[in-house]
Amino acid sequence: MIINHPILGPRDAQEFVYLGDANLINRPDGMTAGIEVFHDYLYNRDNPAGEHRELWYHEQGDRSWLVVTRNTVTHEILKVEMARDVAKAQGRSK
Amino acid sequence: MDKAWKALTGLGHETAETVEIGPYRIVERFDVALASLAVRRGQDKGFQAAAKKLGVPLPGAARHEAGKVFSAFWTTPEMWLVEADFATHEDIVSALKPGFAETASITEQTDAWVRFDVSGAGLVALFERLTNLDLATLPDGFASRTVIEHLGVYLIRHSATLVTLYGPRSSAQGLLHALEVTVKSVL
Repeated sequence: MIINHPILGPRDAQEFVYLGDANLINRPDGMTAGIEVFHDYLYNRDNPAGEHRELWYHEQGDRSWLVVTRNTVTHEILKVEMARDVAKAQGRSK
Repeated sequence: MDKAWKALTGLGHETAETVEIGPYRIVERFDVALASLAVRRGQDKGFQAAAKKLGVPLPGAARHEAGKVFSAFWTTPEMWLVEADFATHEDIVSALKPGFAETASITEQTDAWVRFDVSGAGLVALFERLTNLDLATLPDGFASRTVIEHLGVYLIRHSATLVTLYGPRSSAQGLLHALEVTVKSVL
């Protein structure tokens, strides 16, 4: 599988480490959001057959976190973004 | 002074090693000081100005650039590894820190890495067995982290006949072994 890195171009999936659902970026505030919301964040994942946004880490490359949109049925990769750009677009400071 | 501390090379000897096999030459380099240089958040302007003043090149993504005193290669967005002559810049951080001051985070990396300069004709045949970077299509000045024998290694293509590798120093012997074995398999 080849992941088209936004900066470095096509790179072999061997260089990457998979973390999981990209929703991990959206961690609720544990002090104010309430236990149910935090429980959901921690334990509950969607498991779609189809398009899925997931976090990949380019460990043997530039050590950046990526948000990869992948079809879990066909393994087609539809979109690759820098995770920090995604977070910034959501108004996060880092 | 027979009990004086002696600095050892990455391979654990007093002098750096050179291995010659066929047309290939693997030279352990013990004369380069290294530091990582990262821009602090929101300090980009001051950082760029300081780099210019100190003569530290800031090459773009996946590039290496040589300067007069300092050379550098890109490692990740807003971060570089800076190289300098060990004889004059053993304490490389103190050479960089006053110039960059609070605009950058700088960490000495000299003893974290072992450096091998691999030269000779036919490097493409060698590296296509070692890494998934396609040396044949990469431009001169290309620099990237990659994997060689399960080790995270920085690879810099200076020219078609000269490639620099920085590998984890604690695996120096293992990396050299991988290079030697692969060279022999190419010949």
